[in-house]
Amino acid sequence: MSIAIERPLRTEEGPNAASQNGMNRYAIEVGAMNVFYGDFCAVRDVSMQAPTNKITAIIGPSGCGKSTVLRCFNRMNDLISSVRIEGKVLFQGQNIYDVSVDPVEVRRRIGMVFQKPNPFPKTIYENVAWGTRINGFKGDMDELVERALRAAALWDEVKDKLQQSALGLSGGQQQRLCIARAIAVEPEIILMDEPASALDPIATLRIEDLMKELSEQYTIIVVTHNMQQAARVSDYTAFFNVDDNRTGYLIEFDDTEKIFTNPSQKSTEDYITGRFG
Amino acid sequence: MVLLRATFVRELGALQTDTLMLGSMVIQALKESVEALRRRDLHTARRLIQEDEIINKKRYEIEAECLRLIATQQPMAGDLRLIAAVLEISTELERIGDYAKGIGRIIILVGPEPLIKPLVDIPRMCEIATEMLQQALDAFLAQDLEAARTIPLRDDEVDALYNQVHRDLIAMIIEDLTLIDRANYMLWAAHNLERAADRVTNICERIIFTITGEFIEFDMN
Repeated sequence: MSIAIERPLRTEEGPNAASQNGMNRYAIEVGAMNVFYGDFCAVRDVSMQAPTNKITAIIGPSGCGKSTVLRCFNRMNDLISSVRIEGKVLFQGQNIYDVSVDPVEVRRRIGMVFQKPNPFPKTIYENVAWGTRINGFKGDMDELVERALRAAALWDEVKDKLQQSALGLSGGQQQRLCIARAIAVEPEIILMDEPASALDPIATLRIEDLMKELSEQYTIIVVTHNMQQAARVSDYTAFFNVDDNRTGYLIEFDDTEKIFTNPSQKSTEDYITGRFG
Repeated sequence: MVLLRATFVRELGALQTDTLMLGSMVIQALKESVEALRRRDLHTARRLIQEDEIINKKRYEIEAECLRLIATQQPMAGDLRLIAAVLEISTELERIGDYAKGIGRIIILVGPEPLIKPLVDIPRMCEIATEMLQQALDAFLAQDLEAARTIPLRDDEVDALYNQVHRDLIAMIIEDLTLIDRANYMLWAAHNLERAADRVTNICERIIFTITGEFIEFDMN
């Protein structure tokens, strides 16, 4: 498999400039992105930057294009034939939509966790090992599985039943297994699409705690219709709205604290105070 | 049982620590103000007036953090009461800081002239008020209901000293009307300390609210 995305060390000044330790300040930079389903413009003119090793939440009313935008960040929308994307999505300074870029490699380095836990109908162990095995991993698989399960705060609950089916786990455990599976291939970014909406409140809080822990090592971008969850867990929040043509657009991006205590835009205030939506 | 919301729990702890820090700043300012009054130390008086800004700033930081936690963390039950109490306690502390600044202003008004009487009761009032405040801060940290209920009892001692100062100064004015201004300055200083102790009582009421959820008011009479 070719690895088309290099890891350039950026040296120029400005918002794209690398920080002193060589890490890009932004994990993802989106510029003037439009997304179409056939002729229908689903999302228009999105420009935003998701800071590295932080949690960015995307919130907004139904139909504002939250999930569509998230799926653009690792080319998941490629799997829908009618989708067309304009603009730039930069990862490590490179547009992931360049023809030279391998989408499979993009998805390895930008992992995804979905709304409904979707473990493979295999053992717990195989769920974690599978992704790295098909990527040709030759190291100590037991060690890797343990490390990923520990990072996903699941190891203590499953260490004695690694060879049992993943489908026997609770919903919350299955979702943490999916997170372990995403971590196992060592991505840099984890995209989460409503990761806790199918879970009970306690399992939800466990996922949120886990997200906080993971953000020390990974950049996380999470779509949630649960505003309170965005407020609790994220460092930055992007608020999207939908116009009369049913096209989604970015209203405001700022520190989560700012968005939830003193947003700049009236429509953000109306949404988070429950005045519309 | 797994401890959930570790980040939020840590942030609540930091909020308590910040409140204690504000309390320490206020205790220090109050002690310094009375010591400066004793020495008629204009330099310290000016510094105390200036440094009240730092106390005010710290109080606003605490308030902003309370609002952030309410807006982003949806606190409930004891967590909510703690944050509500911190909002009140930080305001009370900031006002006690204003009393220290007020004594700083009095020092400047008095100038380098000798005081009309030796300072005995006023330093004692300061000592009791700052001890009460320190005990209240300890009770806040430990969430000690018994302490929060007993600390306000000492307010009677401060009130008695204030009444003593008041009587002494009035007697001096009756004897010599030219002492009115200087006696008045001393009375203001004593009044500031009397009010400081009252505010410690308010702080104790908020500690009790945090622990029990009940609003109670100490009747000082």
